Amino acid sequence: MDSEEQTPTETKAEGFAEPKEVAPESKERIEKEQEAKLHSKYPGIRGPGSSAFLQKRFFKGQKYFDSGDYQMAKAQTGQMKQMKQSTPLILPGPTGSAIPTPETVPHRKSSLIQSKLAAGQS
Amino acid sequence: MRVFFVGNGGEIQWCFSQVKGTVEEDVTEADIISCVEYNDDGELLATGDKGGRVVIFQRDQSGKSNLHHCRGEYNVYSTFQSHEPEFDYLKSLEIEEKINKIRWLKRANPAHFLLSTNDKTVKLWKVSERDRRPEGYNLKDDSGLMRDPTSITTLRVPVFKPMELMVEASPRRVFANAHTYHINSISVNSDQETYMSADDLRINLWHLEITDQSFNIVDIKPANMEELTEVITAAEFHPSECSLFVYSSSKGTVRLCDMRSQALCDKHAKMFEEPEDPSNRSFFSEIISSISDVKFSHNGRYMITRDYLSVKVWDLQMDTKPIETYQVHEYLRSKLCALYENDCIFDKFECSWSGNDRHIMTGSYNNFFRMFDRESKRDVTLEASRDNMKPKQVLKARKVCTAGKRKKDEISVDCLDFSKKILHTAWHPVENVIAVAATNNLYLFQSKD
Repeated sequence: MDSEEQTPTETKAEGFAEPKEVAPESKERIEKEQEAKLHSKYPGIRGPGSSAFLQKRFFKGQKYFDSGDYQMAKAQTGQMKQMKQSTPLILPGPTGSAIPTPETVPHRKSSLIQSKLAAGQS
Repeated sequence: MRVFFVGNGGEIQWCFSQVKGTVEEDVTEADIISCVEYNDDGELLATGDKGGRVVIFQRDQSGKSNLHHCRGEYNVYSTFQSHEPEFDYLKSLEIEEKINKIRWLKRANPAHFLLSTNDKTVKLWKVSERDRRPEGYNLKDDSGLMRDPTSITTLRVPVFKPMELMVEASPRRVFANAHTYHINSISVNSDQETYMSADDLRINLWHLEITDQSFNIVDIKPANMEELTEVITAAEFHPSECSLFVYSSSKGTVRLCDMRSQALCDKHAKMFEEPEDPSNRSFFSEIISSISDVKFSHNGRYMITRDYLSVKVWDLQMDTKPIETYQVHEYLRSKLCALYENDCIFDKFECSWSGNDRHIMTGSYNNFFRMFDRESKRDVTLEASRDNMKPKQVLKARKVCTAGKRKKDEISVDCLDFSKKILHTAWHPVENVIAVAATNNLYLFQSKD
């Protein structure tokens, strides 16, 4: 069977396991089953209608105590990325938890780290 | 344009064209593509990523591709850093640099203009070419050093000499500080002078020339936030009627508004909602009915909405129910509990129209994407994968099976990779050429013809 020669319809008619139309009653049944499963795992779960649920969306992005906390967290992740790639370091410790020296302060993130989409051609 | 009667009733057979991006085990988060958009003649294709960068591809214009009966390839034209991460000092929150949307302006002069936005700030970028530079100055020599004026004995007229093509992108406008919540959409008006930006609760109208003022045209923020029941999920201007726009909500409704009726468009002119039997509602009903994308058809008579499991076609004249509904991945209904736990149920898929409004495309999981032919009522599932990279070879249809008996070449629902999601897709405005973003790779497909 050379499936490349078949049109999408032929392949579908042959072995399409899923019915094209799912009856509304069975849709409801499947959803209620899933809901029961969810409630059994998380008994106290709050519904999507509540404003708390929606407001959670507004706080996308990590919250920091203040800007200093933010800068330190950024410095740490920068440091961690470097550590992952390089061999054991002679550094006294990650910036933020020890007094920095010129060697340990991470450089400002370059604005033009070129996207890999732009680099390769294919 | 040559027309071939291939006897398949105008159905499209898709072939691989190109793929951009690298193959990596651990994808760098910044490289994840967050939007894809063709400009209005399809010669340029822009992508935005989580790292705040924009990469613009241009179709090969050399004409040599015509010899091989295939369309020009897209190659990198320009790339720039559009947005940088910021910190909101007042709320102690990080503002992501991720590009949420890119929208092109119609071309009015040799330069190209596009709007790009992150959660808080919209920017207008000018992308222009420079292929000539002035040479032969009197006061400067060719390397730019100043000449001694007393050594100049004759005068010459500087002339423009050709140089290697340089494409420059410069930010022309920055539209900031108008959104308290996260911007999810931008849409350019057909008048090409104004545009709107929509966040979770408000929509603002801007003039492209004015950055320090913006009109609020929709505000659904309740006086008491405890009464919040729905948020705005997408918004778009009508393609030709400059006073009409729509916005979709997390409750599965779309409101059509007319800016001529009043300044604040909180009262909709029409509301599109499919009626649902309240007794059928489950915990998931509202979540999966949330509309993640809304797009007008090119002819302006219809619109499509994408909710978690389906794509619906609406006739703007009929707000009682959609005229067509297409199931994207109905097999996921029996996995809603798991999809809620891993947050996939909140994934926002986009949808696209073909240039002639006959076909609809939308993404799914496992790097699958779905194509619907409105005329023949046929649909197909295709995969964006480096396994199918032979040009001119028609992509094989993929199938997902739910029941136990799995046939050869089918994939079971439980084996789908939910981390490989195709959220962003774009269809060339005229031709059957599509761009599909699969995490950090951009796939381009074209019809076999």
